[in-house]
Amino acid sequence: MTSDKIIRVSIWVYLGIFFAYLLGPLVIMSITAFNSPSFPRATPWECLTFEWFGALFQDERILNGIKNSILVGMGTVVLSVAMGLAGALMLTQIWPKLRATYYTIIIAPILIPGVVIGISTLVFWDRINRMLGLGADSFLSNGLFLTIIGQSTFIASYCMLVLVARLQRYDMALTEAALDLGATHAQAFRKVLMPFMMPAILSAAVLAFLASFENYNTTTFTFGEYPTLTIELAQKVRYGITPAISALAFMIVALTVFFALVNEANIKRKAMIADARKDATVGELAGKIEVPGLISRNPAAIALIVLLIGTVTVIGSAMTYSPDQCIANVQEQKRLETEKRIQELRDRRAKESAEKAAAEGAEGGATQTAPKPSNNSGFGGVFAPNTLQNEEDGAADEGVAGSSNNSGFGNVFDPNSIGNDSN
Amino acid sequence: MSAGVGVDLENLWIRFGDFVAVRDANVHIKGGDFFSFLGPSGCGKTTILRAVSGFLEPSEGNVLIGGNNMKGIGPNKRPTALIFQNLALFPLMKVWENITFSMEIAGASAKERRKRADELLDMIALPGQGDKLPSELSGGQRQRVAIARALCAEPDVLLLDEPLSALDLKLRQHMRTELREIQKRVGITFIYITHDQGEALTMSDDIAVMRAGVIDQIADGKTIYNDPATAFAASFVGENNVFRGKVLEVKGDQALIRTNRSGDLLSRISTANQGTMKAGDEAMMFIRPEALSLAPTGTQGDHFVTAKVNHEEFEGNSFNIFMEGDGGKELKVAIPNHGQSFDDHSGQDMTLEYDVNNAVAVPAGELAAE
Ligand SMILES: Nc1ncnc2c1ncn2[C@@H]1O[C@H](COP(=O)(O)OP(=O)(O)O)[C@@H](O)[C@H]1O
Ligand SMILES: [Mg+2]
Repeated sequence: MTSDKIIRVSIWVYLGIFFAYLLGPLVIMSITAFNSPSFPRATPWECLTFEWFGALFQDERILNGIKNSILVGMGTVVLSVAMGLAGALMLTQIWPKLRATYYTIIIAPILIPGVVIGISTLVFWDRINRMLGLGADSFLSNGLFLTIIGQSTFIASYCMLVLVARLQRYDMALTEAALDLGATHAQAFRKVLMPFMMPAILSAAVLAFLASFENYNTTTFTFGEYPTLTIELAQKVRYGITPAISALAFMIVALTVFFALVNEANIKRKAMIADARKDATVGELAGKIEVPGLISRNPAAIALIVLLIGTVTVIGSAMTYSPDQCIANVQEQKRLETEKRIQELRDRRAKESAEKAAAEGAEGGATQTAPKPSNNSGFGGVFAPNTLQNEEDGAADEGVAGSSNNSGFGNVFDPNSIGNDSN
Repeated sequence: MSAGVGVDLENLWIRFGDFVAVRDANVHIKGGDFFSFLGPSGCGKTTILRAVSGFLEPSEGNVLIGGNNMKGIGPNKRPTALIFQNLALFPLMKVWENITFSMEIAGASAKERRKRADELLDMIALPGQGDKLPSELSGGQRQRVAIARALCAEPDVLLLDEPLSALDLKLRQHMRTELREIQKRVGITFIYITHDQGEALTMSDDIAVMRAGVIDQIADGKTIYNDPATAFAASFVGENNVFRGKVLEVKGDQALIRTNRSGDLLSRISTANQGTMKAGDEAMMFIRPEALSLAPTGTQGDHFVTAKVNHEEFEGNSFNIFMEGDGGKELKVAIPNHGQSFDDHSGQDMTLEYDVNNAVAVPAGELAAE
């Protein structure tokens, strides 16, 4: 092999590792959403099921969390984009010497830990609330209001960065031209600057919504009566986790892919329209331009259509498919296996006690259940697989619990941990 | 033409902090005229235009349009339309929407706008191009769209800030004629800004020559070319040979000047300086390359110059001779080409002759940069 070849191969290997690192967890999580055990696990594969999606849509708290997250997200989008735009416009107007200082100040919230922002938002508005002599149920201490205000303090900075980048490419002469042609400042803003800024405003809005949706640090101090999805998820995890969460994650991944494809297809289409305009005659420009069909030469559009067809098929088959038989089979098999193990255990104990009796000076069977895998999770012992298991399983567990667990959630995702608990 | 609306600048000062961009400008622009401000880049031309269009309040003095003082009136309320140096066409609007933006502001219907756009597109020789985007047009076409957009607002005064500077030479020359024609057709006042003397001379009724915030001379092109008021105007507009010296004697409208290196020469005093120029003044005498002709070598007199030839070149319509001149600047002579034979004189002394009426004397002053 030449060194050239080696380099090429190692690049592919590197890429493979890189993408596995990036996407692996998402893929595994998505698979667990369709596996039937009541703890999220990809292996062993038991039965294909859609019940976790059903469970998700019946979980009042998750649904409520999603609703609150969307409300907070929309509020944050409006507030952050407005503040970001104002900040960006200000930056272009301000006296050049002050610009660097102003920029630093306005970017600072991004650097401040979310926790600090959360606490300070709470403290600040609580003060204001008291100064105004309002009660604990006033608008100013409302969880939605506080969360939107709190998140916007730093999300507005993100928005501003996006908007400034676009604004820097804006030619101020365009506004002057509009004024010169009789427009008022408001008209020039609406008819010239805003259309130019629109793509950046949309980007900023999406960014703001996503940042708001995934926020936990700040929200955890401000949510009050309105827990968002992240808050609900974090709370849920304390009491154990089900594949319904995986189902939610899968849907979020699917939606992300969907919107990414829509965006991609749209960009491609715009480019094609621009191309078509270039070739169009004057007459065609005035009427309808011949644009190639939606999916021709547009891979993203094709992928989008495949995705849509796939979704419809899956939903359609989910309506009629029932994993009951499969699950029953698996359970029967498990039952047999467990029985077999219990039997083995009993035999061993019987043998041991016989030996013990024979050897005299016995220490009892307690040692058998003592060694357990350590748990380094931040949630203390809540997830320790042992706590959820009864004596008998604990013994059986020993045989399979050898695999190490490096998940951030401690052993929650260990396929072995709660698996046996389900029967 | 007196139908149009005139513009007056009265004692106009514009300062940016301590920096004076325009110093005491007094200009009277007749209605319906094509008026140019001509000066090198950075001399304050754009600043004056912005004061007329209302984007800039003068520090002192007044701008009058049609006799009305424009103090405190914003750009959207003035009867002017500005064509920006970079055109500033709205990139997201189609050509017809660009052109009729002023009508949209006034609340006209799309149908009316479309109709007016088509008329204007015909006028600027771009029929049927209304549905294109500005980015889909060539430089010259964009230029014309910018003009149509300004004219659509039906201004009394059209202000143009170096509108041709982005075009290539051929298009620039074509657009000169076109602009002049459009101006005659619509009959409104054009105020045109340029650093290109060719543009100013070919298009304008009157020209104001500007230097570092100061207006040196206001006159028609012919006067500025033949009878400049200052050393700057003489050196900035067209090619000119300078002779520095001291006035020995003033006789009527002529001055005898003791030049630094060409002896005593006689010159006409420029009209603006007649009566003020007196013996003992530092002066500069200017003679155009085409006003010099060859004379028998060694001829003496007050309208003969002798100098050594540095080099020569053939330019098609003329033979150019470059001789040792004053202050490090070469003395250029252009001999019209009639098909005569022409010897190389490099390194030799030659004597030149000129008509005293074609030499012009002004007080010594700053020259235009090359
Ligand atoms: N807003 C401003 N602030 C400070 N100085 C300015 C401003 N606008 C123009 N100037 C200065 O005024 C002078 C004249 O500028 P301008 O009118 O644009 O020149 P030009 O004749 O090239 O159009 C220049 O030296 C320029 O630097
Ligand atoms: Mg300028």
